[in-house]
Amino acid sequence: MEINGEKIALKKGSFKGGVHPEEWKYLTEDKAFEILPKPKEIILPLTQHLGRQAKPVVKKKDKVKIGQLVAESDGFISAPIHSPVCGTIKDITNTSSAYGIPQKSIIITAEEGEENQFLEPLDPSTMSSEEIIERVKQAGIVGMGGAAFPTYVKLTPPQDKKIDMLIINACECEPYLTRDYRILMEYPEGFLQGVKLLMKALKVEKGIIGIEDNKIKAAELIGKYLKNEKSLKIALLKTKYPQGAEKMLIYATTRRQVPPGKLPLDVGVVVQNVGTAFSVYQAVVEGKPQIEAYLTVSGLGIENPKNLIVKIGTPIKDILDYCGGIKDDAVKIIVGGPMMGTPIYDLKTPIMKATSGIVVLSKDEVVEKNIQNCVRCGKCIEICPLNLLPTKLARLVQFKRYEEALKSGIMNCMECGTCCYNCPSNVPIVHWIRIGKTRIKQLKLS
Amino acid sequence: MKQQTVDDLVEKRLRLESSPHIKSAFTTSKAMYCVIIALVPCIVSAIVFFGFYQLVVILTCVLFAVATEYIVKKVRKQNLTISDGSAALTGLLLALTLPPNYPLYACAIGSIFAIFIGKEIFGGLGFNIFNPALLGRAFLQASFPVETTTWVNPKAIPEAITSATPLAHFKFDRVLTDVSNLFLGNISGSLGETSALAILLGGIFLVIIGVINWEIPVSMIVGMIVFEGILFLIDPTKFAHPLFHILSGGFLFGAIFMATDWVTSPLTKKGMWIFGILISLLIVIIRNFGGLPEGVMYAILLMNAVTPLINKYTVPKIFGEGK
Repeated sequence: MEINGEKIALKKGSFKGGVHPEEWKYLTEDKAFEILPKPKEIILPLTQHLGRQAKPVVKKKDKVKIGQLVAESDGFISAPIHSPVCGTIKDITNTSSAYGIPQKSIIITAEEGEENQFLEPLDPSTMSSEEIIERVKQAGIVGMGGAAFPTYVKLTPPQDKKIDMLIINACECEPYLTRDYRILMEYPEGFLQGVKLLMKALKVEKGIIGIEDNKIKAAELIGKYLKNEKSLKIALLKTKYPQGAEKMLIYATTRRQVPPGKLPLDVGVVVQNVGTAFSVYQAVVEGKPQIEAYLTVSGLGIENPKNLIVKIGTPIKDILDYCGGIKDDAVKIIVGGPMMGTPIYDLKTPIMKATSGIVVLSKDEVVEKNIQNCVRCGKCIEICPLNLLPTKLARLVQFKRYEEALKSGIMNCMECGTCCYNCPSNVPIVHWIRIGKTRIKQLKLS
Repeated sequence: MKQQTVDDLVEKRLRLESSPHIKSAFTTSKAMYCVIIALVPCIVSAIVFFGFYQLVVILTCVLFAVATEYIVKKVRKQNLTISDGSAALTGLLLALTLPPNYPLYACAIGSIFAIFIGKEIFGGLGFNIFNPALLGRAFLQASFPVETTTWVNPKAIPEAITSATPLAHFKFDRVLTDVSNLFLGNISGSLGETSALAILLGGIFLVIIGVINWEIPVSMIVGMIVFEGILFLIDPTKFAHPLFHILSGGFLFGAIFMATDWVTSPLTKKGMWIFGILISLLIVIIRNFGGLPEGVMYAILLMNAVTPLINKYTVPKIFGEGK
């Protein structure tokens, strides 16, 4: 493989196991981002991120402008939220959310006007590490990889952890999703500036952009910009799910293994997503807080699959309508990708900061399989990227043997769904594991 | 027309399930039917070498196996599972381990035992400890010892030649059967086990489509070469060469269709290697030092019982725990 005259070999020996579901990326990969018109109503759940709920700083009937702070960070692991529109606060109440359970949310009635109250644009070349981190914090940036972990927390590792490398996750291993790919194709300069800002914030000299080999075009494009770059390199990785899982990506690019219960920073690495890097660029150079989500709307159940730039808080219904509505044979609407995303039942569910896509699956895409008894074929064990015993964990939870499940490493499971995808008996393994993890936390066994 | 109101959607169509939302099209039932397809060459070889009557034997076993499962599920008021193909497969496998022209009443008894005692008593598919077909075969061997050791010559061979199986022929008469006959199946033996060619065809098909793991058959063959090879090197006049043992009796049939049974074999690759090598060790011991000329069935059944123990001691290291 040659990228810009430089030979880039496919990284050999990726992680063990994994699967390769049908990609379906062709539905949207060549479609440029479109901007979704402003919705009438914005719903902002106060938990847009992993950690403490944000604290509202507005009250009913307050007027807000674009980019104005509406909820502030509450504690170390938390993130502020900004209004994506001009409008009036209608209410602060519980609404449906993509978490599946109601969340306290700020509801804003959108009004005419494009007045904004952005942060002050800064010059990236003169900024210090602390200034970048402060800006990331102010702008409410969260990780776009799925977990929505507040980004500034990742940028401030404890003193005793020596970080020597930033890895950018451009794998986008979930089927259907093309959001990261489109950002790379359309905003390569902004993205790379964001990456450099992140490297500066972490004070690291080395950066790796890990990208799957089904996104050659993006790798080539980014490669052009990196021609004379010594510190930043592209690693071309084998296309397989879950290549974009943090531990798998770190292993594939650096051969470092994150031990069970440890974090990437324990092996000197911080992983950030493509979307996150781009948000950092926007926050610094444009002064724009995280008020938009770049996402893919795809699946055979939607009339016109698209890549969209959407204001956070937009109800899913507005997005589906913009994409021509859903087809008669659509059976599932998923927020996120089909492997790890959450199905929703209420079309008023709002888009959040880290929403990477909406996938509407038709009947044909959801393979109907009976749930049969586990036949101990061992396929789940063969393909579990973390080397767990999925079938055993599921069975232990089924029989309420939580302590044994804990000893067998149930808490390590990242719920990637690889085992379920391939289970010939269609045992809902991940579902049982989720139940087990929840029970173990409730019983405080761990 | 395509636009739906929220209520319509929620009530009628939207499904809520735990992720992942997409699945591979591979199912346990498909795997069962694939094994049945893989057994077609063996069925053909049984008919070619032993005559059309063997088809009646096979159909009797399949019919009684499926009927037994049907009745058990009805009586226990459980969901019918006969369409998953596992009962039919058990019947078919049992039939192919029986001698030619086996009495039909015994076929029926064997099938009923295989499904009822071998499988359903443990809770049905996925819960049995022993390979049901082999358990049925063992039951028949104990109950009808004469019928189960009465062998018929392949039709192509003149009556004058003794009808003992190659293994018995070697064990009791010290006569080695020609390897080419062993490979084609032109020898006396159980219905499905005589033709190595037919078995290998099915086995390769199953490995390619990913229904069985290659580890178990290969480890069994490796084990046989090592253990029998040692004996052969010590005393070639007393012990047959490993290739003879691999091609004769139920070794290949057991290696490809019995030992690889998902339910009763170990979960991990490492476990599969231990399992396969120990089966071969047991076969070598039984064939060379036991009273019986053949030992594949007992070797596999014994190792089925050891499988949980193997699983317990071959738990893989979790990612990141070090090599």
